[in-house]
Amino acid sequence: MAKLVYMDNSATTFTKPEVLEEMLPYFTQKFGNPSSMYRMSDLTRKAIATAREQVAKAINADPKEIFFTAGGSEGDNWALKGIAYANRSKGNHIITTEIEHHAILHAGKFLEKEGFEVTYLPVDDEGFVSVDALKAAITDKTILVSVMFANNEIGTIMPIKEIAKVCKEKGVYFHTDAVQAVGHVPVDVQDLGVDMLSMAGHKFYGPKGVGAMYIRKGVKIENLIHGGAQEKGKRASTENTPGIVGLGKAIELATSELEEEIARLTKLRDKLTKGLMEKIPHAQLNGPKDGSKRNPNNVNMSFIGVEGETLLLDLDDAGICASTGSACASGSLDPSHVLLAIGCKHEVAHGSLRLTLGAGNTEEDVDYALETIPAIIKRRREMSPLWFDFLKQRGEK
Amino acid sequence: MQYSETVMDHFRNPRNVGEIENPDGVGEVGNPKCGDIMKIFIKVEDNRIKDIKFMTFGCGSAIASSSMASEMIKGKTIEEAWNLTNKAVADALEGLPPVKMHCSVLAEEAIHKAINDYRVKQGLEPWETKNYEDIHDHVHG
Repeated sequence: MAKLVYMDNSATTFTKPEVLEEMLPYFTQKFGNPSSMYRMSDLTRKAIATAREQVAKAINADPKEIFFTAGGSEGDNWALKGIAYANRSKGNHIITTEIEHHAILHAGKFLEKEGFEVTYLPVDDEGFVSVDALKAAITDKTILVSVMFANNEIGTIMPIKEIAKVCKEKGVYFHTDAVQAVGHVPVDVQDLGVDMLSMAGHKFYGPKGVGAMYIRKGVKIENLIHGGAQEKGKRASTENTPGIVGLGKAIELATSELEEEIARLTKLRDKLTKGLMEKIPHAQLNGPKDGSKRNPNNVNMSFIGVEGETLLLDLDDAGICASTGSACASGSLDPSHVLLAIGCKHEVAHGSLRLTLGAGNTEEDVDYALETIPAIIKRRREMSPLWFDFLKQRGEK
Repeated sequence: MQYSETVMDHFRNPRNVGEIENPDGVGEVGNPKCGDIMKIFIKVEDNRIKDIKFMTFGCGSAIASSSMASEMIKGKTIEEAWNLTNKAVADALEGLPPVKMHCSVLAEEAIHKAINDYRVKQGLEPWETKNYEDIHDHVHG
């Protein structure tokens, strides 16, 4: 088989074989509906309870505070809409940031149509929201603040603990979209002081289509999905037992290997970043320069003069799977809202490349990327009028 | 994004890439904000496109469209080159995804601009061009 280097782990990860192995019996043998009376269903009820404990332990919560969902987007929608509808009598104002995932931004837009007010706070040139600005934005109508833990495009790790402190002082609920954080950086809900946290199994080597929500005891939240009494009446739908079992195993594995994996990926990330910066003239790193405030798996760079989709097609030919913030690779043709929010010019945003490392990557992969990417950039720049205009402006040609 | 084999062939091995020194006509269209810039250089002899080169910053379909368009008008008369439509370019590429059709329009516009540049340099009236702002606004809206 042709060479394949997968560097798009923030899009999704493979399911680890040991996770799949745990899941398999719940498809064919232990398939009982957990709500049924017979003994067969005891097995599935127990399996779900175990997974709930595994999730709770991984983020230092009580199992009673863990609710299984169908993924990260559901958790984000639940937090915004559930808090909005349950707390209308208290206020109608929600605060979030400009660089959230669309699951938050579009849920916010929906709530605006429903009569709620949403503030989208700007971020600085590395993607950090100002805690002071956030504090100042809270009014007596504010019911919720939602700020993502780690940004999916540029890896910025937000000051979650400080934000949680401000929210607590002001008596406002705080939700964090931790889809890119859980399993990648330490997450301790007690230490952080968050009220709600959403995660998705497929971002940490679990299966797709399953997620979990941490909801602190006492938080007043409306259901997103009404129906049966599953998840203590808070989330209807027959439990996705194999998925839940897989998520539980995956989070347990990720947590047990967390420290070593952070150290390993940080080293690979820094080698890749440094190598690309050295080998490619006028390369720009997007997101935090301080590696300790950046997701250990994330590299995001812009190469003026080369369009992102072109870069992805060439990389695909070379066997490297990556992604871009460029518009042309997506349906909308508008470049990444995250790159625009950190002040990237359109033409710079169009030439962005995101490489996200994971458990499958080795130093050999990084070396291969460092050999391949600079040659692609060089070739495409040589046919780019934008590149020559850029050099002319700088007096280099 | 699904591209045809022909698009991928022209994307991987674009024909007629580069610049022409002292060209008889140059046409540049697009803008960096939208993520595409296409620049076409032509050399004209006896009313024919004797040589053509292009440079493109843009996505796969923008590069493939410029490459295909350059092949289609090389050696043709100015009138024939003028009549090349974006649809003919897209058809020759075995189709483009709907959202990428504007890339083939850019190629048509760049050729028109280069031909009119040539005409003006020859002391001739520029030919009237179609207005394609709608299609570009639509995709970038």
